[in-house]
Amino acid sequence: MTLGEQCRGDFPILSRLINGRPLVYLDSGASSQKPRQVLDAMRTFYEQSNANVHRSIHTLGEEATEAYEAARDAVRSFVGARGREEIIFTRGTTEGVNIIAQALGRTLKPGDEIIVSEMEHHSNLIPWQMVCRDRGAVLRAIPLQDDAYLDMAAYARLLGPRTRMVAVTHVSNVLGTINPVADIVRQAHAAGAQVLLDGAQAAPHLRLDLAALGCDFYVFSGHKMLGPTGIGVLYGRREVLEATEPALGGSEMIKEVWIDHAQWNDLPWRFEPGTPPIAEAVGLHAAVAYLDKLGMDRVGAHERELTGRCLDALAAIPGVTIYGPRNSEMKGAVVAFNVAGIHPHDGAALLDQSGVAVRAGHHCAQPLAKRLGIAGALRASFSVYNTPADVDRLAEAVARLDSEL
Amino acid sequence: MSAVQYSDVIRERFRHPRFRGRLPNPDAAFEDVNPLCGDRIRIECRLTEGRLAEAMHHGDSCAICAASADVLIELAVGRPVAEVGRLGAADVLERLQADIRPTRMKCVTLPITVLQGALEGREVAR
Repeated sequence: MTLGEQCRGDFPILSRLINGRPLVYLDSGASSQKPRQVLDAMRTFYEQSNANVHRSIHTLGEEATEAYEAARDAVRSFVGARGREEIIFTRGTTEGVNIIAQALGRTLKPGDEIIVSEMEHHSNLIPWQMVCRDRGAVLRAIPLQDDAYLDMAAYARLLGPRTRMVAVTHVSNVLGTINPVADIVRQAHAAGAQVLLDGAQAAPHLRLDLAALGCDFYVFSGHKMLGPTGIGVLYGRREVLEATEPALGGSEMIKEVWIDHAQWNDLPWRFEPGTPPIAEAVGLHAAVAYLDKLGMDRVGAHERELTGRCLDALAAIPGVTIYGPRNSEMKGAVVAFNVAGIHPHDGAALLDQSGVAVRAGHHCAQPLAKRLGIAGALRASFSVYNTPADVDRLAEAVARLDSEL
Repeated sequence: MSAVQYSDVIRERFRHPRFRGRLPNPDAAFEDVNPLCGDRIRIECRLTEGRLAEAMHHGDSCAICAASADVLIELAVGRPVAEVGRLGAADVLERLQADIRPTRMKCVTLPITVLQGALEGREVAR
């Protein structure tokens, strides 16, 4: 039995019919489905232990605080961070980038430089555009080569004494390219710059060892990795977090307050103002436990197999153009493609009539779409619950597209 | 319901548009982008004595957007400019004979706002 067949029964939504056909969900890159274990954990929390954390001195408050902080420990272990104080809960990847961009932004001087890449999701581009505009800093982009990998020689040339931050994605949400992040970190640190990695498309699929990787910041979302919406993680290296002023203020991020000033709280709470996403943390804990139980190496192997099957099946269909690396061993669990003469939104709507859910459009990466010379693309993305039969259903439906419009 | 989103009219207008192309030296032109999908559509117009004498559309767009632009121009040509400005989504939808889902309504309305932008002389953002 494949991993997908083993897991499917845990995901209630997968038994739905869409337009009379069994759902084939190939949009996990946008948001994954949730196993019963996650749904049950959140329901149990709300039914048994719900209260605010860190401040209510009663049984429920203590249970809620314990559950919330236990989620932090689970995430620490899952990503290979050295300490629990390095794990900050956010609302999602986008908020994580914004928190760091705002914090760094305050220290930027005119002429300072920030490096992104041509394959960034808007979430890891716009926050940097905003702080560069505000501070007179310069935004530079690592160009994309025609083989869908970053031009690392150009990256080396872009790094300089004014470079303050290198903010790039670990895995491209469109191309699936896995970037050489260890190399990127090493070179940035040699130039005296910090590194933030966007792990939204990596954390659900790859085994992470952030302590070994050495990046300064790593951000990802819960909802793309079997967890709920409304929670994400900002990992920060302890020494760097200690030296970073919080960008968002409020309760919980303080130790003592006077009318005109305050003393910040310890890590990680210094970066968690306001009531955090508590039930969502409980759900994320369950998601991480689910993935841990399957084993991330097994998850990765399963998804590489599906990605390879998908690449082969789509390449055999006349009129199909595939974007990104063609080697599934060096690619995340996404396949972006177009069918000649079919606009991606029409393609996605027609695939939906066959019960096949894929993403269509620019995938929040318009500069990349412009670089590829396309308005958009279709994208199939995979998770633990997908099966080879799902890929076959996609390929059959794609092969029929031209006759349906 | 989804079966009729791609109505015969939409499929026909997508495959065989009647007003797709460019007008040399147009009197008015505008283009805009659908932020949902990045689609871009441009409409070029020739005006004669306060009427829309001729118009053509082109760009990168889905079948629904292209069909919308095509039937919109068919509805608009020959009318006084002020009257063209009053054409709305309901007029286009009636022609398309399609059950457009809420997520795709922007595909229908983009050509309408682009044509209005052209007639109002709006500047194209770059």
